[in-house]
Amino acid sequence: MYTHKSLAAVALALAFSAGPAFAQSGGLGKPITEADIKQWDIAILPDGTNLPPGSGTSAQGAKIFAEKCSACHGDAGKGGISPAYPALVGGAPLTNGIDTVKTIANYYAYATTIFDYIRRAMPYNMPRSLTDDETYALTAYILSLNKLIGENDVIDGKTLPQVKMPNRDNFILPYPDRI
Amino acid sequence: MRKVHMAPLTREEIMGNWKRRRGASSLDDVAGNGLINRRALLGQGFAIAGAVGAAGTVTSAAAEPLVDAPWGLEVGAITPPVQTPSPFEKNVVRALSNPNADFRTSHARTPHQLLGGTVTPNGLHFSINHAGIPNIDPAQHKLVIHGMVRRPLEFTLESLSRYPLVTRMAFVECAGNSAGMFAKEPLQAPAGLLHGLVSNAEWTGVPLSTLLDEAGVDPKAKWLVAEGTDAHFLDRSVPVKKAYDDALVAIYQNGEHLMPGNGYPMRLLLPGFQGNMNVKFLRRIKAIDQPAYTYFETKNYSQILPGGKTWRFHFVMEVKSFITHPSFGLSLNGPGLYAISGVAYSGTGRIAKVLVSADGGKSWGEAALQGSIHEKSFTRFVMPWRWDGQPAILQSRAYDDGGNVQPLRADFVAMRGEATNPVTTPLAFPNQHYNSITSWAVDGKGEIKHVYA
Repeated sequence: MYTHKSLAAVALALAFSAGPAFAQSGGLGKPITEADIKQWDIAILPDGTNLPPGSGTSAQGAKIFAEKCSACHGDAGKGGISPAYPALVGGAPLTNGIDTVKTIANYYAYATTIFDYIRRAMPYNMPRSLTDDETYALTAYILSLNKLIGENDVIDGKTLPQVKMPNRDNFILPYPDRI
Repeated sequence: MRKVHMAPLTREEIMGNWKRRRGASSLDDVAGNGLINRRALLGQGFAIAGAVGAAGTVTSAAAEPLVDAPWGLEVGAITPPVQTPSPFEKNVVRALSNPNADFRTSHARTPHQLLGGTVTPNGLHFSINHAGIPNIDPAQHKLVIHGMVRRPLEFTLESLSRYPLVTRMAFVECAGNSAGMFAKEPLQAPAGLLHGLVSNAEWTGVPLSTLLDEAGVDPKAKWLVAEGTDAHFLDRSVPVKKAYDDALVAIYQNGEHLMPGNGYPMRLLLPGFQGNMNVKFLRRIKAIDQPAYTYFETKNYSQILPGGKTWRFHFVMEVKSFITHPSFGLSLNGPGLYAISGVAYSGTGRIAKVLVSADGGKSWGEAALQGSIHEKSFTRFVMPWRWDGQPAILQSRAYDDGGNVQPLRADFVAMRGEATNPVTTPLAFPNQHYNSITSWAVDGKGEIKHVYA
């Protein structure tokens, strides 16, 4: 296991040296099963871990987008409604400057982030109101608008992690010692 | 004597130095344009320094005969159950980015130019909420730790409160704090608008390592996804290494339960790491073997570098300081004696020293550091200054105990670049992680402007 570096951990161990430390005694956490955590366990990993069953296409996504997303993100994700609501299509090259607007196409490292954030946070005023199929369809639509997938490609738990995002290899890890 | 010049002077050193100086007829200027040796702050030094002002004696207007004030002639207000600041302090408020509650992020910035000391009052701690502030019933709130652990566990505010809690000081700083200073032209705004997305508090909570040990984290787990129960379920990937360094699940802020905007009823506290990672309204920690590339670490909280490369997982808010008094919006009231004061902090350790300049960086003097110096926490510095009524440019530069130095603007810009497009408001975020020097230019009338120097 890990080496305890923090003084706090040492202090805690000392405080309970008369008996077993909280960790060994079972402590105060209440056991819970992963099955009971399922509804909360929503984070998607870049390799596709935790993507749910379901699928969607760009054509399906276009309809949902017009109904539930374009009021803020503009027709076909072109933005223009307010600077606070980002365009979801296009993006200038990052060589334009350090203040280049970051977009899905010019910045995101993994396409899984799109699915995860739509499902977690969108639409802004009705989070978690979309089904997983709708989320796949919207993800497909946005990827297709950005020509990162073909118009008729099906996006699901297998295909989404395979989408190659243009900026993926452009990231530098400046401080590997912090991980 | 001390081996490391950078370390702050001890009380013994200061007193020894003071005794040696007692016989001197005057105290030396320590740097150009009227900066006075910080030792003048001890005992009667400040008064002596004033009396020997270079521009001749500093005379005050003659006092008038005293009369009793009206508030002393009647019984005052009832003592309330929760006290709030004097009505005369009504301008001491946070600056808001989204006062009309549009469907977007809202920020409230700490008015540093109106505060003293190092502890940010809870009502004025900065707060950023990407999807509003949830109204959480603490009796219903749960925190789970799961994923690559032997025993998934659930905690409540009540169960966390039964652990032996630890208390520490820590600043929390948004990675986008001071981002307006990437602008090519200096924005004219008070310290609280330029730098208001950092605050400092005493936090009390349970070491995250205690809870992780109780759950039995798999040694192969290198990351934690920490998630809040706000309307975005905001989440960030946090290295397990940081959890075992100094992370807390905090439940008290300056002695009272967390403010709603600061994560009530529990938040992750990752001292020195960018504010967004200190996940508020904490409901879930999942141990995993890879970072999740969540929305915020993918987009907002990584930086574009000159040339177009991008940084990820920067995490640490680096050594920084800024002068709060005097500063933009606080004009000087005639020549004479002033204290230049501000805050310094470093996400990697303790502040070792702060240098102050009154001549735009041509000469520097070492400021006194007030009170206890905590790691990854505000340290207030103070430098006595005799203003002669001539233009001056005030700057501060912080050094931490790891040898890190707050970069000069020219050096910082050479490495990190400037905004290509005009920046019209200090509320904008052209880039992230700005930690260079702030310069306040005082003109002959005592008015203060923000400049680059």
